[in-house]
Amino acid sequence: MATERELNNRIKSIKNISQVTSALAAVSASKASKAQKQVEATRAYAGKAFEILNNLASQPGVGSTGHPLLTVRSDIKSAALILITGDRGLAGAYNTNIVSTAEKFLSALHIPVRIIAIGRKGRDLMVRRGYNVVAAFDGLPDSPSILDVTPIAKLVTDDYLNGTVDEVFVAYTDFINLISRRPTVKQLLPLKPLDFEGMAVSEYVASVDLTGVSERVYSYEPGPAELLDVIVPRFTQLQVYQSLLEALASEHSARMVAMNNATDNAGELVEILTLERNKARQASITNEILDIVGGAAALADG
Amino acid sequence: MPMQCDIVTQERSVFSGQVKSVSLPGTEGRMGILPNHSALLTTLGYGEVMIRPTDSDQELYFAIGGGFAEVQPDKIIVLADSAEHADEIDLVRAEQARARAEQFMKEGVPEDPERYAQIQASLRRAQIRIDVSRRRGHRRAMPGMSVPEYEEHNN
Repeated sequence: MATERELNNRIKSIKNISQVTSALAAVSASKASKAQKQVEATRAYAGKAFEILNNLASQPGVGSTGHPLLTVRSDIKSAALILITGDRGLAGAYNTNIVSTAEKFLSALHIPVRIIAIGRKGRDLMVRRGYNVVAAFDGLPDSPSILDVTPIAKLVTDDYLNGTVDEVFVAYTDFINLISRRPTVKQLLPLKPLDFEGMAVSEYVASVDLTGVSERVYSYEPGPAELLDVIVPRFTQLQVYQSLLEALASEHSARMVAMNNATDNAGELVEILTLERNKARQASITNEILDIVGGAAALADG
Repeated sequence: MPMQCDIVTQERSVFSGQVKSVSLPGTEGRMGILPNHSALLTTLGYGEVMIRPTDSDQELYFAIGGGFAEVQPDKIIVLADSAEHADEIDLVRAEQARARAEQFMKEGVPEDPERYAQIQASLRRAQIRIDVSRRRGHRRAMPGMSVPEYEEHNN
């Protein structure tokens, strides 16, 4: 059995750790709500852009010629997947959940896939499992700006346009609330304006009322096709941005939950060890008394 | 009759309110929008958006970095790639950015057209921000129809 002093040391160090974990939990909670607010702020732009997109896509002469980013290819030979994970661990099963969801999705595709990893954890896991990781982005700031995702969106758009890949997907963790989140894989390109169920981060455009949008008459400057050229890449970029923010909110909330659990566990451990320590102290006192009594008895006998 | 005007970027809403008129930097040329304008979709270039709100005589200026806009008879929504109100612009930083970009342009990297275009774009952005920022408190006789005059700022 451990001595009183050893137990004291363990209790002290566990208390220290629980202070760290509870601080981390508090920080993560505030970061999660910040990321959530940030993605909420994109709603206005997303809704309007989506409306205009639908109007443009249904214009005669635009829908028929087809914008390359809106055209579904008949022969799908390869795909790209943007995998959004965290840079750090200590977030419970957050990183492994999204990676295993992505793996399941990839194994069902049966075509070569190029992985674009956002986040160190996802990159490492995918490289270790032998996937073709073509690009990795990490060290993104806590509250990323749209400029942080521009290169990512441009990379996949370019790959799609020059025919390197025929489909682009994004795997991210959808934030539901502070205690629940859902790993999700959605299609990014080609963009299907009429099927927003299957679209990435559709919750920000789902409430848009599209009745009559396609019949709305506008004059177009310079022309509907040119407008589509401007809007579609921006919309894709916005989807990547929203996915990233959703994933960030999820990561921070997952870390908050994990750290709260750790703090609770530490508290339990401290209780158990305190009991042990008291027992150990009691035992040592009892032993000392026994020694004294025994010594006194030996003297009296002599 | 006032109309509702919103300026939003992918990251945030920059302005929302009732306005008397708006002037936009369309890629095909500057356009002034009054209420009851016919429905219009247009792409926007780098430039300034000028707004005359209904509740004040003070015009508001925003520097925007491209995007697009939807105009309806009672509503204008500007979806900008970047947008800043004149008061938010850090004039010193913008000046530094312009100087840096000009320096790059002079030294030149002609063998890399993409890089050159990038620098040119950042020079244009910096110039617009400086112009818009200088507008703080300025009033103009003819609202919103002329391009910014660069000479007056070079003193």
